[in-house]
Amino acid sequence: MAGWLNGLVQWVDARLPVVEAYEKHMSKYYAPKNFNFWYFFGVLAMLVLANQLLTGIWLTMSYVPSGEQAFASVEYIMRDVEWGWLLRYLHSTGASAFFVVVYIHMFRGLMYGSYKKPRELVWIFGMAIYLVLMAEGFFGYLLPWGNMSYWGAQVIVSLFTAIPYIGEGLAQWIRGDYLISGITLNRFFALHVVALPIVLLALVVLHILALHEVGSNNPDGIEIKQNKDENGIPLDGVPFHPYYTVHDLVGVAVFLFVFFGVLFFFPEMNGYFLEYANFEPADPLKTPDHIAPVWYYTPFYAMLRAVPDKLGGLIVMAGAIAIFFVLPWLDRSPVKSIRYKGWMSRVFLIAFAISFVLLGILGALPSTPGRTLVAQVATLVYFSYFLLMPFYSRLERTKPVPERVTG
Amino acid sequence: MRRYCILLIASLMPLCGWAAGGAGVDLESAPIDLDDHASLQRGARLYMNYCMGCHSLQYERYEQVAEGAEIPHELVLEHLVFDDSKIGELMENAMPRDSAKRWFGAAPPDLTLVSRLRGNDWVYTYLKSFYTDPARPWGVNNLVFPDVGMPNVLLELQGEQRMVCKQVPQLADNGGVKRDPLTGEDITVEDCRQLDVAPNTGRLDAEGFDQVAADLTNFLAYVGEPAQQERRRLGIYVLLFVAFFFVVAYMLNREYWKDVH
Repeated sequence: MAGWLNGLVQWVDARLPVVEAYEKHMSKYYAPKNFNFWYFFGVLAMLVLANQLLTGIWLTMSYVPSGEQAFASVEYIMRDVEWGWLLRYLHSTGASAFFVVVYIHMFRGLMYGSYKKPRELVWIFGMAIYLVLMAEGFFGYLLPWGNMSYWGAQVIVSLFTAIPYIGEGLAQWIRGDYLISGITLNRFFALHVVALPIVLLALVVLHILALHEVGSNNPDGIEIKQNKDENGIPLDGVPFHPYYTVHDLVGVAVFLFVFFGVLFFFPEMNGYFLEYANFEPADPLKTPDHIAPVWYYTPFYAMLRAVPDKLGGLIVMAGAIAIFFVLPWLDRSPVKSIRYKGWMSRVFLIAFAISFVLLGILGALPSTPGRTLVAQVATLVYFSYFLLMPFYSRLERTKPVPERVTG
Repeated sequence: MRRYCILLIASLMPLCGWAAGGAGVDLESAPIDLDDHASLQRGARLYMNYCMGCHSLQYERYEQVAEGAEIPHELVLEHLVFDDSKIGELMENAMPRDSAKRWFGAAPPDLTLVSRLRGNDWVYTYLKSFYTDPARPWGVNNLVFPDVGMPNVLLELQGEQRMVCKQVPQLADNGGVKRDPLTGEDITVEDCRQLDVAPNTGRLDAEGFDQVAADLTNFLAYVGEPAQQERRRLGIYVLLFVAFFFVVAYMLNREYWKDVH
């Protein structure tokens, strides 16, 4: 048996470099041995992506992308399809879990300077993944064809009308109609299940290839490749497989416990994962009392509303995401990790995190003058983290970075 | 590490949610128990007799109601199916939507998902909150759904409910009842949005009608998501498995990492 299998591997390897790829990315990919809690979230993002792809394929088998039948087909999945309710909840809970995991993964990058040289491309591919993920979530949210799906899409697509000259035409081109209709639903379906998943997978491959070229960062922000033994193996590295595969299994188990806890006992998550107004079919004549986007967009929605001018709001919202892409060139600190940066970097990072969460809360609530003021302040704090970074990261006194990784 | 955990918890705060306010009316808590098959059976009977004529359950099948309420198929076909539907068919009714819109101002909505759209407490309180209002076309209004377009079809059971003024205990900011510090008696205020049933106008007493509202709400809670008990039941086994898997993964991890310093 073993001999037969070995022969097969050799046969394939002579024609395709499977052994080389396995060694490069698994058994001889040396990852720093000091990964902490925050380093689980990359693999968790992969896990959730796999979940979304698989459950998505099976949902597609029973879903009907048409204005007349979409809503009923989702209820058909929930009631008549064997395990349909489980597939649907895996997908809907998975969407929120994806963003939870990705937000924490990004915050990890901010904390330990994982965007800094030589990992600029890793960061940029990651941000591109985030951008595509937001589009993927937006297109997917229309598909159940509930009333919040409908009006959420209506609000977001109408944002494009704020663009001078081409805005109206652009919004109409996106919708394929004068208002959101079955035509829009069909094209969003095509984008959600075919176009964007392909782009997403390609970007994930690029993200990982770029990462494995330069090697992983770590909580100390030290390049482990600078300290190698006589065989050229980093002294502070361990092979990804088996060390981090077994290590990640522990994180996967903890994550799945929380994930399944939500899925099986709170699938609506108090209206934040599945909004209550979406249990009513799309109705172009009936606007929900309070249109709120799903929680993972609310920080940006709050920024949009914080600016009195619609076009200005759109620019601020787009800028809030775009500015992430240039982050590697805003940070002028000689060190990577927050552990060795000065107090100003710490204060700005914490203020940024608080303002982001605050904006997320505000974006889910109906706006009042008081809340708008808070959102404006939080937006300023959000941007100051980035725009003042060239100054505070260079001016502050940093701590000495150790030669080798710690704890 | 502790700092990070606090940060993490703070970043997950928006998920915890906020209680959403209703239409200015305090909703009564609905006594939901999907294992109470007698209640589900009574709810199904009430629904078919009082509601189904106008409100379809177009995503639900008779067969699923039979399963959830544990009613044999023959009995469902005999007593609950009023048209020539087969057991596996969807619970649709014969009301023409266009005409219905002319009759009521708005076509009566399908109620398959009303428990998920508005919540069980809303349904329960709504059923109990009709009151006489001669200004409305059907002579009734509803506290929870002002200017609702439907008549009070349960009137013969509940009796005539009117809006009256009553002395009600005044609540302090902490939610407790305010009391006179000298006499120790409750401080009351007049509230003119209180509902009161005229005696001997309905077939049921207050307790009996509460049971009717509870049974109907229970039935609609089941119809909203027929898989929900299966979901919770399965969830326990899944979590137990994941907990076991965690122990194995944890020990495997410790074994591999014991030599890494």
